[in-house]
Amino acid sequence: MVDSKLADSRSDENRPDPDALLERVAASEARASRAKLKVFFGFAPGVGKTYAMLESAHRLERAGVDVVIGCVETHGRKETAELVRGLEVLPLRVVTHRGARLEELDLDLALRRRPKILLLDELAHTNAPGSLHKKRHQDVLDLLAHVKKRHQDVLDLLAHGIDVHTTLNVQHVESLNDVVAQVTTVRVRETVPDAILDRADEIELVDIPPDELLRRLKEGKVYLSEQATRALDHFFKRGNLLALRELALRRTADRVDKEMLAYREENAIESTWAAGERILVCVSPSPASASLIRGARRMAAGLRAQWVAAYVEPSLTKPFSQLDRERLDANMRLAESLGGEVARLSGTRISESLLDYARKHNVTRILIGKPTHPRIRDRLRGSLLDEIVRASGDIDVHVISGDAGKPAPAPPPTNNAVADWPALGLAAAGVAAVTGLGWLGRDILSSPDIIAMYLLAIMVVATRTGRGPSVFAAFLSVLAYDFFFVAPFYTFAVSDHSHVLTFVMMFGVGAVMSGLTGRIRQQELFARSREARTASLYALSRDLGSAVDEVSVAWVLAKHTAELFSCGAVVVLDRDKLAGEPTVTVRAAPYSATEQAVVRWVFEHGRPAGLGTDTLEGARLACYPIRAGAEVLGVLALAPAHVTAISLDGRDFIETVSRQGALALERSRSAEEAKSAALRARAEEMRSSLLSAVSHDLRTPLAAITGAATTLRDDSATLPSSERGGLLESICDEAERLERLVGNLLDMTSLDSGGVSLKREWIPLEEMVGSALTRLEKKLGARKVRTTIAPEVPLLHVEPVLFEQIFINLLENACKYTPRDSPLDIDARREGENVVIEVADRGPGLPAGREGQMFEKFVRGSHVGIRGVGLGLAICKGIVDAHGGTILAENRAGGGASFRVTIPVAAGAPGGDDAMEEEA
Amino acid sequence: MSEAGPLVLVVEDEPQMRRFIRASLTAHGYRLVEAETAAEAHRMATSHNPELILLDLGLPDGDGLEVTRALREWCVAPIIVISARGREEDKVDALDAGADDYLTKPFGVKELLARMRVALRHASTRQNGASVQVLEFGDLKVDLTRREVRVAGAEVHLTPIEYKLLVLLAQNAGKVMTHRQILREVWGPQQSNQAHYVRVHMAELRKKIEADPARPKVIVTEPGVGYRLRDQQL
Repeated sequence: MVDSKLADSRSDENRPDPDALLERVAASEARASRAKLKVFFGFAPGVGKTYAMLESAHRLERAGVDVVIGCVETHGRKETAELVRGLEVLPLRVVTHRGARLEELDLDLALRRRPKILLLDELAHTNAPGSLHKKRHQDVLDLLAHVKKRHQDVLDLLAHGIDVHTTLNVQHVESLNDVVAQVTTVRVRETVPDAILDRADEIELVDIPPDELLRRLKEGKVYLSEQATRALDHFFKRGNLLALRELALRRTADRVDKEMLAYREENAIESTWAAGERILVCVSPSPASASLIRGARRMAAGLRAQWVAAYVEPSLTKPFSQLDRERLDANMRLAESLGGEVARLSGTRISESLLDYARKHNVTRILIGKPTHPRIRDRLRGSLLDEIVRASGDIDVHVISGDAGKPAPAPPPTNNAVADWPALGLAAAGVAAVTGLGWLGRDILSSPDIIAMYLLAIMVVATRTGRGPSVFAAFLSVLAYDFFFVAPFYTFAVSDHSHVLTFVMMFGVGAVMSGLTGRIRQQELFARSREARTASLYALSRDLGSAVDEVSVAWVLAKHTAELFSCGAVVVLDRDKLAGEPTVTVRAAPYSATEQAVVRWVFEHGRPAGLGTDTLEGARLACYPIRAGAEVLGVLALAPAHVTAISLDGRDFIETVSRQGALALERSRSAEEAKSAALRARAEEMRSSLLSAVSHDLRTPLAAITGAATTLRDDSATLPSSERGGLLESICDEAERLERLVGNLLDMTSLDSGGVSLKREWIPLEEMVGSALTRLEKKLGARKVRTTIAPEVPLLHVEPVLFEQIFINLLENACKYTPRDSPLDIDARREGENVVIEVADRGPGLPAGREGQMFEKFVRGSHVGIRGVGLGLAICKGIVDAHGGTILAENRAGGGASFRVTIPVAAGAPGGDDAMEEEA
Repeated sequence: MSEAGPLVLVVEDEPQMRRFIRASLTAHGYRLVEAETAAEAHRMATSHNPELILLDLGLPDGDGLEVTRALREWCVAPIIVISARGREEDKVDALDAGADDYLTKPFGVKELLARMRVALRHASTRQNGASVQVLEFGDLKVDLTRREVRVAGAEVHLTPIEYKLLVLLAQNAGKVMTHRQILREVWGPQQSNQAHYVRVHMAELRKKIEADPARPKVIVTEPGVGYRLRDQQL
């Protein structure tokens, strides 16, 4: 696989990699459109970075560029202070922290002011707590991100993007931190990730010879606070300054080199075309790994290579301790912040897992720390380094000294270290019990029996307690055995020296056994926590599978996270409605303006933020994006009681949860889309059938009216008067028909659009039936209508006008489809909790098998010569449905059709007739 | 009231509608003044003092409902609203605002003329103050002085509420009375939201005075609006 890849790259040798080309095009486009970052880079305080920045600002200002000072430290220097004058200075935000009054950049104000260029001194400055972000460099990224986002939205405003000019000293560069510490023995706490420096569009090196700097210092031109003077006492040594200057020059030269290379690649100037390098750095919980990671970053920068920090999950038999987990977590975070990828591997042999990963991912170099343990361990357990070197094949292996720096602070005393009195008591009691038993049975028991009994006791103690108490039990056993069962009795003296060996063996076996059982217990704990996690992941995927919509997906996510971490959890899906309540809250979780700001940030940046991260850490929620690719679908947030509640493992779990959640969300979104597409298609179909039916039925009466009217207008003189009367009559009839049709269409539309909010009133059924019959007086003519309304039928709670329409439509229908003199029956009775109303005729009945279709729109009876759109029954059904009832059509025994409306009896019918009478 | 017919103010912005109304009304002996806007309607009403007003609700410069309310403050002439707004709420609103009747477009000339006759007659009885003591509608006879109701000669016993209900409708025969108006007149102003009081008592009243209570002929329901006692003299 590796070989074929090499062959590929060789055949492509004189052609730039298309992916790389595309990447570069995208990068240069982005560079052109996004705001610019310029860094004034120096090797020590006092070289004149701020001065240079202000000078350039004045030049720009004179050239008419909108330059504003966001934050500049003059350190009380006159020359610098003078340069500040004449430039617009943004007011600083005052933060009070532990009584101290601190001034910080007002980010909101800067964004509102929106200058072309903002000056921001001291890139590595640490903001006072309460600032939006932990470090100023994140302010910078935020300013830039804001502009970038703006650019995506409003291309016009591109020109108004906020450029940033800032200053930085070489010792604050993260990847150079170790080197600087080695050279100067001063470890600088405030560091800036290299990614920021890489992001800079321009780096201006501000350089003076070290001697000149020292002279300035002596002359008092470089002002330092008391504290700083002490700390930097040996910082400003000539040797240090020379070394730092070299670092700064090299870092700048590196960059120039990169730019040149980029240019060469862009213009296909072929010289050396190395296959893309990829570096793998092996990380362990050891603090030494931190400098290993920094080394990898430096090497990667030099080679312009991608790099991965990998660690191998320990096997079941030897899980990490809590402290190890925390350290590993810190190391992995460092790798991430330095721009490395992070890989979590598993496998029984560490070397195999690492090399397997390396081969699969075309790693060209492996970085590993120098072994620090005694050689004897390698002899016993085999050496990781040795295995990797032997099996690495064509991958280069670099062995780097992992400088551990200061030894890691001693782990905080844990429960194990404190004497566990109940456990010690149990150990003592166990030994005492065995001693008692042995004493009672001393005549029948041989000494190996007694020894075996003691071992049993030690084992029991070991399974119940920890290592300490079991060793204590072993120790006590030896003493008790010696005292009670070894001659001379009741003394600790030993007559036969062979017993000493027995004691040693006894103690040794006890100690080993306690170790073994201890390990078993740890394994069990580990297995149990794994099992719990697996079980909860299983439960999660099962619940997600049955979640039907987005809100239920959100609910499942929040519920499972809350359960596993035993704390409140929140899921927010709608990024446009952050201000209100979150989509789902399980248990109690704070959701104030601060938390909303974090959630918004996570939506915008797609990275975790809030509690336990280094962005907006003041919030009470730890927020994680639920993302599908680059799109953030939602935010999952936890409200743990304490930051440490979310370990590295916990973060992994949350990531898994949100990945599954993202899948489920996407699935439900696409399902919803499919559903609405189907609905649209149906609506479209409906619309076209409506249009064809309506256009026919609207045009027919219009044609008759137009025809009759034009005849009357043009030929009235020649028409006999009877003919004229007939034409006039037909105009009136057709107009009436048209009106009915329009009325029906309007009714149907309002029912269809779901816009009916019923204005229900209590009304006797007979009023509505009566009113319908009155209105149809003319149409019914001499037809007999028998109305039977049982006295137990209560008042109905319906919308009177709509409900009456049911009877009008049913009766009109009956008139249309039955002979002139056939009788109609209206019958109403109460059946349990329903009122059943039947409207029946004695006509030809319904076409067999089509009873159910009668209520579809545009369905008409099969009779020839009957006009109408076929909306009447559909309207009836719409009205009955809206009232929560049902309507059925069937053929009547003895001939004719019957329509049966069933409507539930409403609760709370008003009574109190008497009261009404009294009031009157 | 000379040889010339009653003066009618027609407020309507549609020229076609105005033409049709003008043609039919003049043919039936009415005199007409016309207005196209709400403002013009006020001017014409003040300057001509019409005996009847036909008012379209959708005017270009204002809502007909407002015009109705404003006119009602000083003008006693009956107002008949003609509108394409067919919703029952619109009718109720117009009637409660002080209109005497409501016609939904499209309507026939016959219907319009009938409503106008009813309105004018009510106006004249109101003006003359001559209260009629006995009201007769076909078989139904209401004797106000003796508080007696007869159907086809036979005396009918009504409860006080039913009697009040019947008298109210009879005195306004031919005119729609909204539920609210009936409640206010019969039960008093507090009960204006209890339309079902009216309905329940109306059902009882109908059983007593209608020949076929299932197909009422005397008092007809105006769905969603109220009731009207049919005036068979028209």
